[in-house]
Amino acid sequence: MVAWQKKDLLGLENLTAEEIELILSTAESFKEVTTREIKKVPALRGKTVVNLFYEPSTRTRVSFEVAAKRLSADVINIATETSSVKKGETLIDTGKNIQALKADILVVRHSASGACVTLARHLGISVINAGDGWHEHPTQALLDIFTLKEKLGKIKGLKVSIVGDIAHSRVARSNIWGLSKLGAQVTVCAPKMLIPPGIEKMGAGVTCNIDQALKDADAVNVLRMQFERDEGEAFPNQLEYFKQFGITTERLKSLKKNIVVMHPGPLNRGIEISSEVADGANSVILEQVTNGIAVRMAVLYLVSGATTK
Amino acid sequence: MKLLIKGGRIVDPANKRDEAGDILLEGARISKVAKNIRCAGAKIIDAKGKVVMPGLVDMHVHLRQPGLEDKETVATGTQAALKGGVTSVLAMPNTTPTIDCPESAELLKKIVQKSAKASVYICGAITEGRRGGKLTEISQLKAKGVIAISDDGASVDSDQLFLKAFKEAKRHKLLLICHSEDKALSRGGVVNLGFVSTRMGLRGISSESEYKRLQRDINLAQKAGAAVHIAHVSCKESVEIIRRAKEKGLQVTAETAPHYFALTEEEVVGFDTNMKMNPPLRSRADLEAVKKGLKCGIIDLIASDHAPHTENEKDIEFDRAAFGTIGLETELAVSITELVHMKILSWPELVRKLALNPAKILGIDKGTLGLGCDADLVIVSPEEEWIVNKEDIVSKSKNSAFLGKKLKGKVEYTICGGKIAYC
Amino acid sequence: MEFKEKAMIMDKEAIARALTRIAHEIIEKTKGTKELAIIGIRNRGAYLAERITALIEKIEGIKIPVGILDITLYRDDLTTIAEHPQVHKTEIDFDITGKKIVLVDDVLYTGRTIRSALDALIDFGRPRYIQLAVLLDRGHRELPIRADFIGKNVPTALKETVQVKLKEADGKDEVVILEQKG
Repeated sequence: MVAWQKKDLLGLENLTAEEIELILSTAESFKEVTTREIKKVPALRGKTVVNLFYEPSTRTRVSFEVAAKRLSADVINIATETSSVKKGETLIDTGKNIQALKADILVVRHSASGACVTLARHLGISVINAGDGWHEHPTQALLDIFTLKEKLGKIKGLKVSIVGDIAHSRVARSNIWGLSKLGAQVTVCAPKMLIPPGIEKMGAGVTCNIDQALKDADAVNVLRMQFERDEGEAFPNQLEYFKQFGITTERLKSLKKNIVVMHPGPLNRGIEISSEVADGANSVILEQVTNGIAVRMAVLYLVSGATTK
Repeated sequence: MKLLIKGGRIVDPANKRDEAGDILLEGARISKVAKNIRCAGAKIIDAKGKVVMPGLVDMHVHLRQPGLEDKETVATGTQAALKGGVTSVLAMPNTTPTIDCPESAELLKKIVQKSAKASVYICGAITEGRRGGKLTEISQLKAKGVIAISDDGASVDSDQLFLKAFKEAKRHKLLLICHSEDKALSRGGVVNLGFVSTRMGLRGISSESEYKRLQRDINLAQKAGAAVHIAHVSCKESVEIIRRAKEKGLQVTAETAPHYFALTEEEVVGFDTNMKMNPPLRSRADLEAVKKGLKCGIIDLIASDHAPHTENEKDIEFDRAAFGTIGLETELAVSITELVHMKILSWPELVRKLALNPAKILGIDKGTLGLGCDADLVIVSPEEEWIVNKEDIVSKSKNSAFLGKKLKGKVEYTICGGKIAYC
Repeated sequence: MEFKEKAMIMDKEAIARALTRIAHEIIEKTKGTKELAIIGIRNRGAYLAERITALIEKIEGIKIPVGILDITLYRDDLTTIAEHPQVHKTEIDFDITGKKIVLVDDVLYTGRTIRSALDALIDFGRPRYIQLAVLLDRGHRELPIRADFIGKNVPTALKETVQVKLKEADGKDEVVILEQKG
């Protein structure tokens, strides 16, 4: 097994398959911790984790917070509404101030792609990308992959389809990198205008036909559709989208019986996924949330080792 | 004062010269070009093994004065020019205030008279505030010494207004320079549209936003019977459109910048904001087309599009960072490295692209080493390698896309107005 | 640091005899197997725990609960070592509250591993008591900890290392003393 040496987790694009496997196997050990009566270990005692969120996000922020607390770290949450960001402080200045407070790990959510990369370049402390623009959301993809592996026993050779707004999805990008590195066959499926150019070069098959995308799929990752997006392009309307791309019980009938249905949340019931499917036997949506804690504990544990002198 | 440059390879396509020889400078003029000149009392520069060429004429430079002195000033910008072998620059009008009226042209002229270290020519705006709404008083601008007009950084969206601009430019014999970009198509983009924009999750700028507008600009110029100069050509379709226009005999000239034939969109992958410019770095195929365009004369010249920005505007989120790279200090070395050493252009061809052609297009008496001409010249060590270091940059801003890159070909001396201005 | 083998101090038979004796001592001291449970510390302590459990079953005819403890997250040197050691799973699928726990490890040295293990165990519940069994005690304690059941006491020098090899992990059973080269 390789040892973890990276200070930061910025994306899955720059990780090796071995590094991803290491995070997954570490997460497996942490999952056991989360099933204990006392769900807390002293591994990061005395460390400070700062959640710096420039975009509203409850689930990712809370997941990181729970993960850090279960490792006995101290957690500080900073949301843009309450910070000096509004007063015009630059991202890097904010980062340097947090570093000066002697925080050890900075978890960042930002609307600009690459914001975490820029921050990590300027800071000595660890930076974990909790989602940057349309770029990457590595811990979400890791928990998706972890859940898939738990359900189906392996990743190599699996056929995984990602359905939804691929163009604007950091979850899709991180999943494509991660899954294809581990030997899965990824297909992305969306209305044509939501498929970005050159995505196939990332290692994914592309189709606009949902039936083709799901035909032999072992798993489908359903992305959240954001219809509030103003792209000035002909965006499909909600009803039309649900009819054409929505994951419904009807659609599941013709697919592999044990197809795993994932969704990064929050759900738009009746838009990209029907309630029956979301709450049904194929859905692992809540398990994803549980696994998210183990995966984030693993990431916090590993990066904190890399900055120790 | 007399200056005698001995034994260099003199490359002067205006006078069809490419051979070893000596050049004698007296005062601000070139007084003699011959073999084995002897002149008592002259200061001698040994140029053996070096290339001696006319000082560069860079017709696309943002000196940022007046108003944006935190980025650059006429003094620092022209100092940077001299370091890069550039002795004449055309200053773009997107300053604060915009050079869109006689008063602001006069203001800039005064600053130039006081602080310029090289020749500075002034480009005025096409429309007031470069907002594309109302044409400037071109005759008045010309009277204040403006030699070209451009809304650089913006493009006039209204066909009707732009046609009128071409007609006015023609009437007053002023060159019109086009920043060909349809912002409705490039909307919010920050990198080239393609695999790189997809991979990085950044909004892409299509080539279409450039070449469609470029085609329109040429069409309007043709309709007005006016000449048109296309700034910063970056993509293969643009090169092709210009080729066809030239074939038809239209009065079209075009420039590209060193980064479009030296760098591709791949450079952006680490979110390095020094690689963020407009138009964006394009694909390998576009780069090859630009090189080919230079080689076969479709692209007439190279200009730096020197665009200084402070660290505060660059060292931030990629989406929010300012567009542009500085280029005055590296354009000659990058051109030698990528074009001469790679056998795309010969030395005389290079001198045409960097000095003679822009001088001709602007109608200024530069870019030649003829007798009696201005003593602006550069002495270059063609084989010397150097690395672009932030610490060595003399421009006020350090946002160079070539930081850390190794270049081959170094400016040894820049002589401006008969005086050694850089060595 | 390179090591060379200095001496073999236990062979396969010696290990087997020591474990058998420990199994007997545990039964004797616990007065049977009621509420008895064995927990081994990863990695080699876990194999020894399995073996001792099997021996007890052979002697008493009763299978007592056995678990595996990974103490990585409780180490006291996590803030000082670069590259965090790999975390493995803890597998204790019975409630330890009220149990008479025998903690098993291969070598007792500074005592720090046992300190971590005690903290980890307490997080799982409140045992009746915890005792310690080790195959080898090599001395040099840095904490006030002692073993209740010892396979063999081996006085060592600090520059020496004791290596326990077990069939399950290393293909054979033996204990050797290694010495720093040069």
